Amino acid sequence: MSLTEETSARAVLPDAEAFTLIDASGAAVPIDRRRGYELPDVEVLKELYRRMVIARRWETQVTALTRQGRLSTYPSARGQEASEIGTVMAMQETDWLFPTYRDSIAVGTRGVVTAELLSGFRGDWHSGWDPKEHRIAPQATPLATQVLHAVGLAMAAKLKGDPIATVTFIGDGATSEGDAHEGFNFAGVWQTPTVFIIQNNQFAISVPIAKQTRARMLADKAVGYGIPGYHVDGNDIAAVFAVVTEALDRARSGGGPTMIECLTYRIEPHTNSDDPSRYRDAADVEAWKARDPIARLERYLTTEGALDDELRASIEEESERIAAAMREAMNREPAIDPMELFEHVYNEPRASLLEQRDALKAELEDAHDAGAVS
Amino acid sequence: MAKTAKPLTMAAALNSAMRDALDEDPNVVIFGEDVGQLGGVFRVTSGLLAEFGEDRVWDSPLAESGIIGTAIGMAMYGMRPIVEMQFDAFSYPAFEQIVSHVAKMRNRTRGRVSLPIVIRIPTSGGIGGVEHHSDSSEAYWTHTPGLTVVTPSNPADAYSMLREAIASDDPVIFLEPKSHYWMKEGTEQSGPPLPMNKAAVVREGTDVTLISYGPTVAVALKTAELAEEEDLSVEVIDLRSLSPFDDETVCASVRKTSRSVVIHEAAQFGGYGAEVAARVTEREFYHLAAPILRITGADIPFPAPLLEKYYLPTPERILNAMSTWEWDD
Repeated sequence: MSLTEETSARAVLPDAEAFTLIDASGAAVPIDRRRGYELPDVEVLKELYRRMVIARRWETQVTALTRQGRLSTYPSARGQEASEIGTVMAMQETDWLFPTYRDSIAVGTRGVVTAELLSGFRGDWHSGWDPKEHRIAPQATPLATQVLHAVGLAMAAKLKGDPIATVTFIGDGATSEGDAHEGFNFAGVWQTPTVFIIQNNQFAISVPIAKQTRARMLADKAVGYGIPGYHVDGNDIAAVFAVVTEALDRARSGGGPTMIECLTYRIEPHTNSDDPSRYRDAADVEAWKARDPIARLERYLTTEGALDDELRASIEEESERIAAAMREAMNREPAIDPMELFEHVYNEPRASLLEQRDALKAELEDAHDAGAVS
Repeated sequence: MAKTAKPLTMAAALNSAMRDALDEDPNVVIFGEDVGQLGGVFRVTSGLLAEFGEDRVWDSPLAESGIIGTAIGMAMYGMRPIVEMQFDAFSYPAFEQIVSHVAKMRNRTRGRVSLPIVIRIPTSGGIGGVEHHSDSSEAYWTHTPGLTVVTPSNPADAYSMLREAIASDDPVIFLEPKSHYWMKEGTEQSGPPLPMNKAAVVREGTDVTLISYGPTVAVALKTAELAEEEDLSVEVIDLRSLSPFDDETVCASVRKTSRSVVIHEAAQFGGYGAEVAARVTEREFYHLAAPILRITGADIPFPAPLLEKYYLPTPERILNAMSTWEWDD
């Protein structure tokens, strides 16, 4: 059965073997195993490589800054760059993204600057960017709630006749939440232009996937919603990019939603306060590092003669520059204004909030005066 | 402005409000459980699907969190969804979407994303409903910053307040007293509609202020009539808006009367009446001749149909409570 033959009209169980275009050794799989997909153009692959290298360097820097206490916490997507970057690079500017707390590199790749992107983890405001400007919803911290928002926005676009799609990331653990089910079901019934990217990184903090579902794999769930489901090697950005591109094209042209499970692995702890030694073997982590998404694409591009030392050095230099700029931005104290706490809750100012704001203002002025005297 | 002729019942008034809003603004849509073909289990959306078509009014899958969650996405894209929760207790599956997202979106995005969503919830008891069909959920919502919570007590308010709620850029919890759906007009005030966020003095008096809302306004008015026979002049306030709270109107009344009772159907402990009593006491303590009393449902789950009459506030219970005060004159 070919993936490309699947339509939303009659969903079928996806192939058990995760779809791959470039395998862990960095070799392109034979044409008869490409299920009708073509390898992305080499210039596209070079750009995907560049974006992944920058994202990893940036995220390494964020993790370091978190250890230094500049951020209150940070959930890393190290090892998941192919799923994250492959997905957003397949999107068009007018498509909307609904990310979770783990998808900062996807948000950054779509163009949100560091100071706005890390606002929530740094603690100066819950969400720092303008969702309408970037077409990116705030990162969802509750699990799976954003799935419904993505379906709703897609429904609105469909009703207005706008040819856009929405994409939401969701983790393996979050597929157990009721909102995931409701989102998949509403999307199927309403045939909304929505692509669900399930990043199966195998752990929900400490709980392995086997304790989340009895299903053969998460992509199997799609059949119950009457929508196409795909099981993709989430560490192969060529496969992710190809399958997501096709799903988005189908969504924008009225073909309805798609569920894509990206099989990947969370290399880092859940956050800096987690201790993975309590629930997984270090050997497993090492085995997954051997399937690293960046290393395999680097090998492929090098073999193809598309990536030489000069280009590699220039991308590394660019990454260092971006990391340095980010470090500098994060070392500047963010501007916070306690009066702003009361500003955005309602469109119409409320008397009770204004009273509380004025009370806080007086309290701060008193404290300031007392400090000046002593 | 109402284009429709004067409605007869609260259900018809609500229906007219939605029809006029659908007519005026292409971004207004209605969806929920049974709101399309059937016209809602209380027929409040009756005829709207036929008139406006399935792109504007439709039946959704049966999932309250899904209804609210998708309404959020639609509102982010410029639509103004009106959704129905069918019954109070059936809104609880949507609690997370309402409390964590509907209420917080504007604040967390620094005012960049407003959610103009109206969540209609048939509320309270008095209709002999089976279990889970008669809850009063207002305290859950009023305790949540970011939500506007209103409840009409008569058909004219139902029309004007729902129009205002739909036009609001902030999310509104719109509690519809289900025992009043078939209430005919006639109790409302004449003149231009009062803004949604203002309380109404629906009966003037000088001795006692009864603070009521939604289904208990009728109970308070009946109490006032009975009290008149005992030469007590009772003022009745219909709060209309539970959040924000109209301190000005309520406090002015209590300063005048110096005595007050808050009346609601919901359980007492941690209930909305506690907030009213506390904030009025904080502001008007030196004008009070007696403690503010609360006549409410008991601190028990809402009773089975044959027992609800023992639970719901009655004029007799309110009059008895008033008689426990010391009266100098």
